Amino acid sequence: MLRYIYADELNRFPKLRDTMFADRAEQFRHRLNWKVAVDDAGHERDEYDAINPLYVIWQRADGGHGGSMRFLPTTGQTMVNDHFTDLTDGVSIRHPLVWECTRFCVGARAEPRVAAALMLGGLEVGLGFHLSDAVGVFDARMVRIYRRLGWEPTVLGASGAGRDAISVGLWAYHADLRPGLLRRAGVSAELSRLWFDRAFGAPQVLAAAV
Amino acid sequence: MQQTATLDELQGHIVGLRDVFDVEHLVYHSVNSTGQQYAALTYSPDWVERYLEQDYARVDPVVQGCYRRFHPVDWRRLDWTGKASREFMGEARDAGVGDQGFSVPIRGPSGQFALFTVSDRRSDDQWETYTETHVRDLILAAHFVNQKALEIERGSDEAAFQKLSPREVDALTLLAMGYSRGQAAESLSISEHTLRVYIESARFKLGAMNTTHAVARGLTLGLLVV
Repeated sequence: MLRYIYADELNRFPKLRDTMFADRAEQFRHRLNWKVAVDDAGHERDEYDAINPLYVIWQRADGGHGGSMRFLPTTGQTMVNDHFTDLTDGVSIRHPLVWECTRFCVGARAEPRVAAALMLGGLEVGLGFHLSDAVGVFDARMVRIYRRLGWEPTVLGASGAGRDAISVGLWAYHADLRPGLLRRAGVSAELSRLWFDRAFGAPQVLAAAV
Repeated sequence: MQQTATLDELQGHIVGLRDVFDVEHLVYHSVNSTGQQYAALTYSPDWVERYLEQDYARVDPVVQGCYRRFHPVDWRRLDWTGKASREFMGEARDAGVGDQGFSVPIRGPSGQFALFTVSDRRSDDQWETYTETHVRDLILAAHFVNQKALEIERGSDEAAFQKLSPREVDALTLLAMGYSRGQAAESLSISEHTLRVYIESARFKLGAMNTTHAVARGLTLGLLVV
């Protein structure tokens, strides 16, 4: 199932939290060979995990992490603006309707639909909070995955070559992306809405509540 | 709003925005990294006094639901089921706050946090329609007000426009010269999607509500030479 969890709520889900940071170490340090810090517990965390980002997480039936991504508003501190403006023509991207999405991670043993489910979660965040775009950093391997999922970013710039290339891209939010992602994730529209509402509250009739 | 020089004036603009958005009340509240607070709002002084005296921030579901968050919140999605929350809401309603509300938490630079809220007495159906129509304008206005407040606090808008990159200046300059977005994108060898985000981003950094305004401000500040 999809979970939407701010960092300060992660402690309520210790298994999910620990397996997420362990899977991130596995993907970014060991598979992609990025220069990321891994702590003694084998967890990959950075300074952006410390400023209360919003995670979109695919939780497996056993309670562990299947895949995840991390959102931050571009009006505050972001990785793209701090470290990757050489890939954005020097432009630091700041806008209330653009959030940064980083650390797209899929567990090594995850089923194929997990990537689609994560993209669906990313779309629900954008549509639910009225965003125009997401900006993110991704590795060359992801290009094929985004294409297969039917939601390709506009690439602002890339560094490195071949498998080692790192790019900054923009994803535009459109409601018409939803049916395709629901289908590829194998999730109904009702279930996706339920997961979102469970995290952010379902609309209630206020007059009746008092 | 561009000429806002003091926080007192900001208060005047809060009242103006309330009328523009056609809502019962509008509230802006900022806390910076050193804990300094500032509020500009349209609630009655009695309600503000009562709220502070009772320290209602402890039970106010809006504060509880927005603190350390950055997604906008329709009040109907908050948890009002607790006894203290229900009593608080009853009192707020009697004070003219209204049943409906929409709040935008803002995460600004250096640990600054602000909350921008509109509240109203519309019915659920009317509010649904209202928010569907105005939600993006509300989010942008929230950040616009926050930028003005930060500028006032800094005493200058200099820091904001120094962050424009040559690429953003080029993009705005081409629009100021009358290029269409398509022509501007082609001239800069970037996609229209990229151009749109660069322009929006520059607009935001200039504290401009629209592109025309951004171009005007860029010209005034001497950033653009046409």
